[in-house]
Amino acid sequence: MPNSNLRPPTINVTPEEYKQMTEKISPKPTLVKNTIMAFLVGGFICSIGQMIINFYVMYLGLAQASAQIAGTATLILVGALLTGLGVYDEVVKVGGAGAIVPVTGFANSMVSPALEFKREGYVFGVGGKLFTVAGPILVYGIVSSIIVGIVSVLLK
Amino acid sequence: MNSKKSGNQTVTFQNPPVILSRCNVVGPKEGDGPLKGSFDVILHDTYDGEKSWERTEAKILERAMRGALEKVNVPSDSVDYILAGDLLNQIISSNFAARQMGLPFIGLYGACSTMALSIALGSMLIDGGFASKTLCGASSHHDTAERQYRLPTEQGSQRAMYSQWTVTGAGTVLLGDSGQGPRVTAATIGRILDYGETDAGNMGAAMAPAVADTILNHFQDLNRHPDFYDLIVTGDLGSVGLQLVLDILKKSGLNINNFSDCGVMIYSTEQDTHAGGSGCGCSAVVLTGDILNRMTSGELNKVLLIGSGSLHSSLSTQQGESMPAIGHAVCIEK
Amino acid sequence: MYNYVIPAFIIGGLICVAGQLLMDLTKANITPAHVLVSFVTAGVILGGLGLYQPLVKIGGAGATVPLTGFGYTLAKGAMEGASSNGLLGALSGGIQAAAVGIAAAILFGYLVAVVFNPKG
Repeated sequence: MPNSNLRPPTINVTPEEYKQMTEKISPKPTLVKNTIMAFLVGGFICSIGQMIINFYVMYLGLAQASAQIAGTATLILVGALLTGLGVYDEVVKVGGAGAIVPVTGFANSMVSPALEFKREGYVFGVGGKLFTVAGPILVYGIVSSIIVGIVSVLLK
Repeated sequence: MNSKKSGNQTVTFQNPPVILSRCNVVGPKEGDGPLKGSFDVILHDTYDGEKSWERTEAKILERAMRGALEKVNVPSDSVDYILAGDLLNQIISSNFAARQMGLPFIGLYGACSTMALSIALGSMLIDGGFASKTLCGASSHHDTAERQYRLPTEQGSQRAMYSQWTVTGAGTVLLGDSGQGPRVTAATIGRILDYGETDAGNMGAAMAPAVADTILNHFQDLNRHPDFYDLIVTGDLGSVGLQLVLDILKKSGLNINNFSDCGVMIYSTEQDTHAGGSGCGCSAVVLTGDILNRMTSGELNKVLLIGSGSLHSSLSTQQGESMPAIGHAVCIEK
Repeated sequence: MYNYVIPAFIIGGLICVAGQLLMDLTKANITPAHVLVSFVTAGVILGGLGLYQPLVKIGGAGATVPLTGFGYTLAKGAMEGASSNGLLGALSGGIQAAAVGIAAAILFGYLVAVVFNPKG
């Protein structure tokens, strides 16, 4: 905060008043529209995932559990490809969390930094940036799952 | 003793420097906007044949520098100083553009206020007798700014309704101690004001207090009234910041009607930029295009440009710091 | 072929709505990364408490495709490992269960990043 010896601001507004002014003027997200779009886009991606799984079960004869894993891997490939083609960021613009939360969004968050920083080299650029978002996800997912595992050992 | 300084923050020039020439280069999105007729060069894509966007940004700044000299056939060695800046870390676009020019170079960082700052300093150098010609410019590039300040360009996200779109563009003016053209008659150097905005997406809100403070000081220092100007235009406050500045000024007892913002002017609402344009290039290309065109045609005679800069970094934002901001004003008269 | 598709749509859509509300109703500075990290962690916790399994039963891919499903897989693997191999299993089980997803993401991510260039 500014030293009291400084010449005070010439504007006749205090930071507290200004905070209220800002909140009043700054436009809010279009919540209803965003929620509906997230539901539709997210539901659409998940039902595509379900159809892929069903396809693997019916036509490739995979067991349900394997089909589910293969289906997830397929969606990751699709999400990565759409990111490379420059399409996925447009999908998120429309679908919001509906396109961020599915694994396709996870693939987008891995590929996009790696793609972007390729100019900075294949080690620090591609290799390093692949984990800009995936790193935190793996860290928090794995650490919390280990805690769950340990707790379940202790409760046994 | 100090006859060129008026009041607390303003300088008035005894021999007001002349804007001899100007040039700008913009990206495709800006070239689709309402001001498309006022740009010298419009790129067809954001790379323009370069292998990285950083190189493109340095190239368009260099092109704008050379363009301003070529238009009036001024040989580059008659320019005493280049003053330029941009948004990238260590102002690499300006450094790399100046590397090609071979002239004494003063690198500036004022974030999006850089164009006004470079004109103010370039004019002081001339009126102070330290230079007879200065080349002042600034640049920004949407994609270099996105990847430095926000997210990788291909990463999906929903931008806030109050967020702004960094302009791809570079603009330069050639100032001289004599000649024909609009003159820079006064400049008010701003103070940093921070009213506690921490949301880096809401730059208009971060910059509005500093800009309003500079405007009030400008009028106080020169004992002028807003009616003195045909147009008072801010750099890149966007629609949110523009409204906030007007509200702050009203509360401080100043009503302005002839007010606009380069960030609001440069894009149409159909271009889906939300609150408007931002970046060093925003005020640089709007000033060197639309505004000076309207001065030349006689539609405008007296203009006050207040460049607005938010002086945060992506690091300070992640650390939760609020955003210091600044506004620099230059008065241009025909 | 169309088994579970409607439930997957509804459950998946609802989980995504939760993510949208997290982005729109909380203070700004919530990036996609924050949403994804919260969802994985939430999936692990719900999986650990046994509350996510019913969602998977009802919604199929609607519950496994969102990142909460990745968290659920990690938690389920860790608990299964713990019951068969004790503490070592608690350490290895989660990653083992999620190995295909992680490997696929790294492989496809790397290949796409090498082949394509950003469009801006």
